Amino acid sequence: QIDDFNLMWDSPDRKEWADLEPVPQDDGPNPVVKIAYSERFRDVYDYFRALLKHDEKSERALALTAEAIELNAANYTVWHYRRVLLQALEKDLRVEMKYITAIIEDQPKNYQVWHHRRMVVEWLSDPSEELQFTAEILSQDAKNYHAWQHRQWVIQEYKLWAGELEYVEELLEEDVRNNSAWNQRHFVISRTTTYSPPEVLEREVQYTIRQIKKAPHNESAWNYLKGILQPTGLSSYAGLLEQVEGLQGSCCSPYLLGFLVDYYEEALETNGGKYNLTETLNKALGLCDLLAQDQDTIRREYWRYVARTLQSQYDSGETSPPLTEQQ
Amino acid sequence: SSTSTPPHYACPSSTGTQTCGSYEFRFAVTSLDPLVLVIDGGPLSFRAHCPLLREQHYQYLKKGLRHLSDAYECLDASRPWLCYWILHSLELLEEPVPAAVASDVCQFLARCQSSTGGFAGGPGQHAHLAPTYAAVNALCILGTDEAYGVIDREKLLDFLYSVKQPDGSFVMHVGGEVDVRSAYCAASVASLTNIITPTLFEGTHNWILSCQNWEGGLGGVPGLEAHGGYTFCGTAALVILGKENMLDLKALLRWVTSRQMRYEGGFQGRCNKLVDGCYSFWQAGLLPLLHRALFKDGDRTLSLSSWMFERQALQEYLLLCCQNPGGGLLDKPGKSRDFYHTCYCLSGLSIAQHFGNKDLHHELVLGKEENRLAPTHPVYNICPEKVARAIQHFHQLPVPAHTRSNSKT
Repeated sequence: QIDDFNLMWDSPDRKEWADLEPVPQDDGPNPVVKIAYSERFRDVYDYFRALLKHDEKSERALALTAEAIELNAANYTVWHYRRVLLQALEKDLRVEMKYITAIIEDQPKNYQVWHHRRMVVEWLSDPSEELQFTAEILSQDAKNYHAWQHRQWVIQEYKLWAGELEYVEELLEEDVRNNSAWNQRHFVISRTTTYSPPEVLEREVQYTIRQIKKAPHNESAWNYLKGILQPTGLSSYAGLLEQVEGLQGSCCSPYLLGFLVDYYEEALETNGGKYNLTETLNKALGLCDLLAQDQDTIRREYWRYVARTLQSQYDSGETSPPLTEQQ
Repeated sequence: SSTSTPPHYACPSSTGTQTCGSYEFRFAVTSLDPLVLVIDGGPLSFRAHCPLLREQHYQYLKKGLRHLSDAYECLDASRPWLCYWILHSLELLEEPVPAAVASDVCQFLARCQSSTGGFAGGPGQHAHLAPTYAAVNALCILGTDEAYGVIDREKLLDFLYSVKQPDGSFVMHVGGEVDVRSAYCAASVASLTNIITPTLFEGTHNWILSCQNWEGGLGGVPGLEAHGGYTFCGTAALVILGKENMLDLKALLRWVTSRQMRYEGGFQGRCNKLVDGCYSFWQAGLLPLLHRALFKDGDRTLSLSSWMFERQALQEYLLLCCQNPGGGLLDKPGKSRDFYHTCYCLSGLSIAQHFGNKDLHHELVLGKEENRLAPTHPVYNICPEKVARAIQHFHQLPVPAHTRSNSKT
């Protein structure tokens, strides 16, 4: 589909360009990082520079930008010029949408192509294809950061929240480890119902625990559970400790243990009188030790720091923590 | 389960239900013997032998500084980046740049400078914050009066104002996109060249803070998934602005330490994604920043000898998995070398080797002493002496006056 736009340069006879003097790149007498451009690359850009110099606004200029983009889609100067031309020549932006769709399909990890699409959508004030388009790109790479950014922009700008939670659930059904999907879940809920209504929080906590049971070593789910509960407090959610401790048998993981550390740390901080401070501190320190020495050794330095911090903040002198190594 | 020495390579990586079916997701180093690393079928004993291929990297970099194949056409709008990646790699390797070459770089970057201020991806292109960041860093690495003199500070300030947005963010270039990289690029160049005015960064710290999400890391713009590159940019920018303590540092610390891969030893860019050598800098580089931030906050339980990540494991990953035998470094085994990965893998190696500052310094160099790299500054990612020299030089000059008449907005 991209080739539909690149007809000009196939023609060996460039009569259409004879009036324009190509402008070579000014790299200076002793160039550095000198790229061995192909002949076509050099030609196209020599003519592009000429157009830029004369500020030419014409059909052939627009066609040349397509050639230049094909050779280097990251050249933001060319994209900018293309946008200037689209407006000056009052081009049909529906056609431009088809063009940018094809380019993005081919190069979905480029900043400029997505920004260009956003500009065209804004000019048309028409986001009607965007959810389907980003879904298509995400079906090829479910974590494409640019696609998610574009999708979030469209949803927020044009208030297209309806159906997004369902879309997220489909993605999580396909891959429960898709952290981008978990992020999108948080994005939708925090900007619609928020997590304040108790029925929302309850639904989310239970949903997440179900996903944990399906895939116990999925860090995303554990991070999400913590992420949604921490603002109001892990220890203020009734029955949470029991539910998580209950998972220790079948679903133990460094993430579960880390969650318990967070729980106990928060309990110490809030100290609602429900807890025996010493006992809670010892549980937390014990877990930090277990993580540092056995279950999450790659983060040994971190877990030791957490233990030292808890010790320093909460140790009344009565506890005897099993810290075995010096700082 | 392991005991004292973490057997990073002792276990296969499969965990639970494998729902992501691609080959890439199954990448991990596997071995049945904790002392033997197996890559592509051939055994290597890693504890005894993991040399940094200095000479090969040097030749690769030396050549690239002059000539690049047409494979680099895709970076034709990023040539100051190529200068920075290569010069920084050379300075980490403590390889000198001949004066003539240095002068050529200065003259080239001068040609990349836009008449309206800032630097572009190549001669004749429009100014953009990313090549601006790279050009200023490259010139500061060179550190000569000629290099410093290339920068038109007055126009640079005009350019920064021209990309500043009312909400405190910056677009990457006029008519371009917003994300947290731009704040870092702007803060970096403005602080090094001493052009920060009272209004330049108005609102910027609040915008950056709004990028910290439920995961504890930062996304590219508010609402997005936490990502190593953007988290580094946002955090380093806040450090420059003196506002890093406004972040939820504990949440950020938990997030970034969780990004180190238990088997590979390297870092992933986002939760549940693959390891990549470049995150050795973007992610591991956050730990020195956080260490300093927590210390500023009054934290006295911080380690006196190490950053809060597994330094040896990161060095092992880089030295054993990320070197191309012909020179250059890379993302992970099976990928091609490039100058971006060479720069950031070496930068990460330096971060892992050096703890502290010039007053309190603890080195941990895996392998031979020859593997030691120069230290790098965790905010700017150029050598600390170069940062000091640049700041010293530019602080002798007055902050340019920015008047409405030369404002683009």
